[in-house]
Amino acid sequence: MEDEVRIGVYICHCGTNITGTVNVEEVAEFVKGLPAVVMAKTYIYMCSDPGQNMIKEDIKQLELNRVVVASCSPGLHEHTFRQAVQDAGLNPYMFQMANIREHCSWVTEDPKLATDKAKALVSAAVRRVYHQQPLDVREVPMTPSVLVVGGGIAGIQASLEVANAGYKVYLVERDPSIGGHMAQFDKTFPTLDCASCIFTPLLSAVGQNPNIELMTYSEVEEVSGYIGNFKAKIKQKARYVDEDKCNGCLVCVEKCPWKASSEFDEGIAERKAIYTPFAQAVPNVPVIDTETCVYFSKGTCRACERFCDPKAIAFDQQDKEVEVDVGAIIIATGYDAFDPSAITQYGFGRYDNVITALQFERLCNASGPTSGKITLKDGSEPKSVAILHCVGSRDKNYHEYCSRVCCMYSLKYSHLIKEKIENAEVYQFYIDMRCFGKGYEEFYERLSNEGVKFIRGKAGEVTDLAINEEEQGKLVVVAEDSLMSAMVRVPVDMVILSTALEPRADAEVVARMFNISRSADGFFLERHPKLDPVATATGGTFVVGCAQGPKDIPDTVAQASAAAARALAMISQGKVEIEAATAVIDEELCSGCKICNLLCPYSAISFDEEKEVSVVNEALCKACGVCVAACPSGAITGKHFTTEQIMAEIEGVLV
Amino acid sequence: MVVTPSLEAADIIKEEGGEILKLCYQCGICTSTCPWNLVRSFLVRQVIHQSQLGVPDFEADEPWLCVTCKACVDRCPRGVEIIDVWRALRRVIVEVGVGRVPDSLRLAVKNISGVGNPQGEEREQRGDWARDLGVKAHTKGTDLLYFPCCYNAYDPSPQRAARAMVNILKKVDANFGILGAETSCCGESVRKAGSESLFQSLSQSNISVFNEAGVTKIITASPHCYHTFKTEYPNLGGNFQVMHYVQYLAELIKDGKLKLTKELKKKITYHDSCYLGRHNDIYDEPREILQSIPGVELVEMRNYRENSLCCGGGGGRIWEETRKGERFSDLRVEQALEAGANVLAAACPYCMVNFEDSVLTIGDSDSIEVKDIAELVQEAI
Repeated sequence: MEDEVRIGVYICHCGTNITGTVNVEEVAEFVKGLPAVVMAKTYIYMCSDPGQNMIKEDIKQLELNRVVVASCSPGLHEHTFRQAVQDAGLNPYMFQMANIREHCSWVTEDPKLATDKAKALVSAAVRRVYHQQPLDVREVPMTPSVLVVGGGIAGIQASLEVANAGYKVYLVERDPSIGGHMAQFDKTFPTLDCASCIFTPLLSAVGQNPNIELMTYSEVEEVSGYIGNFKAKIKQKARYVDEDKCNGCLVCVEKCPWKASSEFDEGIAERKAIYTPFAQAVPNVPVIDTETCVYFSKGTCRACERFCDPKAIAFDQQDKEVEVDVGAIIIATGYDAFDPSAITQYGFGRYDNVITALQFERLCNASGPTSGKITLKDGSEPKSVAILHCVGSRDKNYHEYCSRVCCMYSLKYSHLIKEKIENAEVYQFYIDMRCFGKGYEEFYERLSNEGVKFIRGKAGEVTDLAINEEEQGKLVVVAEDSLMSAMVRVPVDMVILSTALEPRADAEVVARMFNISRSADGFFLERHPKLDPVATATGGTFVVGCAQGPKDIPDTVAQASAAAARALAMISQGKVEIEAATAVIDEELCSGCKICNLLCPYSAISFDEEKEVSVVNEALCKACGVCVAACPSGAITGKHFTTEQIMAEIEGVLV
Repeated sequence: MVVTPSLEAADIIKEEGGEILKLCYQCGICTSTCPWNLVRSFLVRQVIHQSQLGVPDFEADEPWLCVTCKACVDRCPRGVEIIDVWRALRRVIVEVGVGRVPDSLRLAVKNISGVGNPQGEEREQRGDWARDLGVKAHTKGTDLLYFPCCYNAYDPSPQRAARAMVNILKKVDANFGILGAETSCCGESVRKAGSESLFQSLSQSNISVFNEAGVTKIITASPHCYHTFKTEYPNLGGNFQVMHYVQYLAELIKDGKLKLTKELKKKITYHDSCYLGRHNDIYDEPREILQSIPGVELVEMRNYRENSLCCGGGGGRIWEETRKGERFSDLRVEQALEAGANVLAAACPYCMVNFEDSVLTIGDSDSIEVKDIAELVQEAI
């Protein structure tokens, strides 16, 4: 440390935000009298370019070796001022901020009290900065590859962006094929593009890209490490089909006699025990479902094996475990659809012709179980359809949030029904029409023009109890039409429930595995809802698409590209800066009790068996301070938060 | 018609307990869930919107229709406490004097205020229903207080249920007592009907009588008394262990202390009363009791458990005249017949009164009997 401490103090006006209650000139005068302060001045906007330049000039001219800025929250501008200080040749940790806005002028009405408080806060910062030490900015090397978890449109987009920039991607997908929910759709709103037509080229691109290592029918089991240096253990489940030998002829599927409910077709059709989920599957290699396959339960059949030309069936295949090293992780695990059986009044599961949105997609899809024909369970064509909005969404009893896409897909379904069935009547039971995106309002107008009947009222009940001739044999939707102020009973042939998008059932497990948080609604938590929607609080880990919250395809693709750009920004530098203010353990004082090991929320402390002391992994340490406080021997110091510094700060406030 | 919002009126409604109506986003599911819309038009949503702007029609039927069955509250996606909104509207009418209180309700409330029961019978005769049963008065040291509803006390039909319960309590050698003339109506429906100050004095009076008599544990005959003793009296200083009699009987049967051995060859359907079911989540105990009676076949009606159809007695409407053709209890008896039952069982005196009326008016007293669970249990001992 230098011989003489020379502190420069700046009091920001922040326009009238601070000067509105705090007398900044009075504070500056007071500060001039504090020990080691060689300069104190006020300025209207410290964060502006002139403000920052002033700091840089003064450091040079006045040979300052410590700087205090009294302004807003460090959350906003600590980085800005640290950068300015660094530009002038000073170590950025020789800087301290005093928050006299959020903590003072914005929460105190009386000007005298506010000014006194500002003086105390600045005094604290001045006393603290006196004891601050320069800290080295730390860098660690980055593994130049990315792990993408989830192979839906989000994961696929992110993978292609990273791969096309020349970096390696490990794309892990739980299902036998990539594609996710978008592969199930028929048309996409508002353009009515065929989902498969726009999507399958991307699936092929992923399959063929030399930079993408595609691991389907696989799941991440364990993640360790830190930004730039993650290790992931991935289990590749046995397909019981040799991927190298299989030529995708699918004769095995044709010959298999055993059936199960098709997950891809949302339970309205069946698939075989050996199957690919859909025709354009990537990879086009079937898997055997051991629950349904009779060979696995009784040891008989083996029809697939008999008919397989390239001899690709491999009943003795085992699960494989693979470990990969990556620099960044992008989580694109998507959503689950709400199960409306919980809402007994709608009759899902009781009535054959009450179906969910995804089930309707499959009916409409040309490669679906009915080849795109919209039919009732008995095969006949419905003449009238009701679409019920907000099933499981905007409802404190299920999910409080709005699922964002249902109004649009409900309109889409209305169009498809009208297009495929002549003179079909379509009713929409809605609370609000949310058509916010580009071309969305115009789509709504188009559907109004197509003669869809809009009834403003959340449906109360779907019943088969007819009260007159007209209702016999129909499903009756009962609701209050709030615009007519009357109860309505609408008899229809089919009811589509616009079901909510909800977090995946295993979201909690995934969150813990990747060390990320979830918001109250259960989706993964972004770093900042406005300004950082794809990053998480965990460095190097990003979350995109519906895993972060319900959204449509354009927003999903945008987020995927954004996260890819962020990941590329990191790995293309080859190194990453990490938190400097980490904890450090004094070996001499450490008694080897290991209390800190257990307490560290970031698993950053390990035990050196040889030396019998604990060691902090500085790359993982987030400087939370738990270990510092807990250590019974006082062996741990939190850099930049030393006892000396904190006590000085407290004295500054009290004295 | 042009409407100007009345912000003062809106504020008064909020003050009287309707604060929560701010949340309503007018989806209309309350209207479509409300049983009234099976028999007439009652646009629950519209009244809430009018109240949001301070312009509900205080002179109309609507403020007095709600039977507080809670079907709408359970489904409301915004969590609006709709029953509280109606209670607030009624408080405004009763206390501020706008609109009008229905005559029969006014009479019932006057009676409760004067002699502690809505029927207007002698206060001193409150314990007479048990006169010949040799039941002691509850004093310090008695384990249980059995507390019947005013209807059990004064009406001959619900009296049967109370007498049956006393016999069961005697059979299991329970250390129980009753309190007759000192107690008054529990006040649950009075409060829902907007007479807040009467509720306060009833509850204070009952609480001090209970404390004087050393009451620690109360078994009620009515789910309404159960509800108010359990959820509302504690805020007023009345802290007792409260059970509805079906909880007590179910426990006795599970512990083997009450054995039901006589066969009752009946097809019974159980009606989930609003104040046992939706208000207090008690659905299993009554079914467990009935299923432990030998020979009983239990069938469910179309609307059961959380979807049960209110008998129409809550919210003070038990004291009001409901027009023929607009009675939910008629629909409910029809549901019981549809389910093929020959006994409609309930555990609430309001439900009992309404169902018996319906069976008479429908003219089907041969096909179906209405029985309180206590009566059935007594028959099976």
